[in-house]
Amino acid sequence: MNTASVPWGIRAVSRTGYVFMINKIATSVAEALAGVKDGSTVMIGGFGTAGIPNQLIDGLIEQGARDLTVVNNNAGNGEAGLAALLKAGRVRKIICSFPRQADSQVFDGLYRRGKLELELVPQGNLAERIRAAGAGIGAFFTPTGYGTDLAKGKETRLLDGKMQVLEYAIHGDLALIKAELGDRWGNLTYRKAARNFGPVMATACSHTVATVHEIVTLGALDPEAVVTPGIFVQKIVKIDRVETLAGGFKSAA
Amino acid sequence: MSNYRKRSKDELAARVARDIPDGATVNLGIGMPTLVANHIPSSREVLLHSENGILGMGPSPRAGEEDYDLINAGKQPVTLLPGGAYFHHADSFAMMRGGHLDICVLGAFQVSATGDLSNWSTGEPEAIPAVGGAMDLATGARQTWVMMDLLTKHGESKVVGRCTYPLTGIGCVRRIYSDLATLDCTPQGLRLVDTVDGLTHAELEKLVGLPIQP
Repeated sequence: MNTASVPWGIRAVSRTGYVFMINKIATSVAEALAGVKDGSTVMIGGFGTAGIPNQLIDGLIEQGARDLTVVNNNAGNGEAGLAALLKAGRVRKIICSFPRQADSQVFDGLYRRGKLELELVPQGNLAERIRAAGAGIGAFFTPTGYGTDLAKGKETRLLDGKMQVLEYAIHGDLALIKAELGDRWGNLTYRKAARNFGPVMATACSHTVATVHEIVTLGALDPEAVVTPGIFVQKIVKIDRVETLAGGFKSAA
Repeated sequence: MSNYRKRSKDELAARVARDIPDGATVNLGIGMPTLVANHIPSSREVLLHSENGILGMGPSPRAGEEDYDLINAGKQPVTLLPGGAYFHHADSFAMMRGGHLDICVLGAFQVSATGDLSNWSTGEPEAIPAVGGAMDLATGARQTWVMMDLLTKHGESKVVGRCTYPLTGIGCVRRIYSDLATLDCTPQGLRLVDTVDGLTHAELEKLVGLPIQP
């Protein structure tokens, strides 16, 4: 039997004819992240420390792409994960809602030295701009932010009796997502509030990579409970479970 | 000399909780508003929303049972009540932006008499800005309540004629719960709801420096 790998599966020719199996399982983080280009827009899931795909961020540091635009709710906690990517000097711009945290010292330092461009976006606008990209919507009007510094220079319109601000979709080249279970079609479930930005970011990027703690056989995930259908996922990688640590707030003395 | 005592943080939280109706869906902002959860009577079923993707949020876990995949918007560990649900961020913000959330309770730097809110930035040039969900909450919830001390540490009123700090939203605050008084913000200005015992209407107007309709 002759087999050949293609990006989404395995092609094989057997005695009974041509066989093709979709297979989005990558055997390593490096394989899943091969070919990330300099200048890419990278969406990284996570809110605080929940749902941050640390192994994929480490893989991206290893892979070496630079001049990145990163989309994340925060701007890194402590010294690991996104903070390490920032520290490695790979990020040109960050689009986020809440960079300043008790343990965001890496971001704070780079921002104050002018080494990092910041686009500050209200959290719901961030989620919706990502959702819009995934749904093929170019822009939308929303009352959020009207009359504030974050809407300066933006087009406004009176709709439904409210002044609303034009906000554009945010498209990504790469999404890094932390999920819980996955199968070879790329279907995903998540764990608790670690879901946060994962499902919307997966829809908004041309290449979505998710880590999972278990790869299950097709049909094992309850179809009623699949959160991200595999159409939005290009690669899944199994990683060991590491307990999510606290972060983002001042711990009691 | 004044003849009144300020509400403690817990008394203020209890005052806010008293006005949350049966069955309301409520988002409690980071900081002081979080305390309100401790004062909602057990006889009253209220759904707490956390913008990172939780509806039906429960109290803090017991020591040793923290799960940092289950945190609130302040990144503190919480629990989920039976019947609670998880959802992604766009759905979570659709709940507030779409007007499905009954009440949000936020802290504030300043609130204007007509309900403009400043609570995300002091506008200092060296400060690192962070907005989070404040603008979405203030504008999207059906009612936005502010919970704060009436005066700054320097004795200046945080209720003002016009906000001098960067705005979070325009005309979005319905009611201010403070350590000295409860005030409604209306298009015509402030209206008195209550004061702490011993604080007269005239004394309150003097502290705020603005007319307050009885």
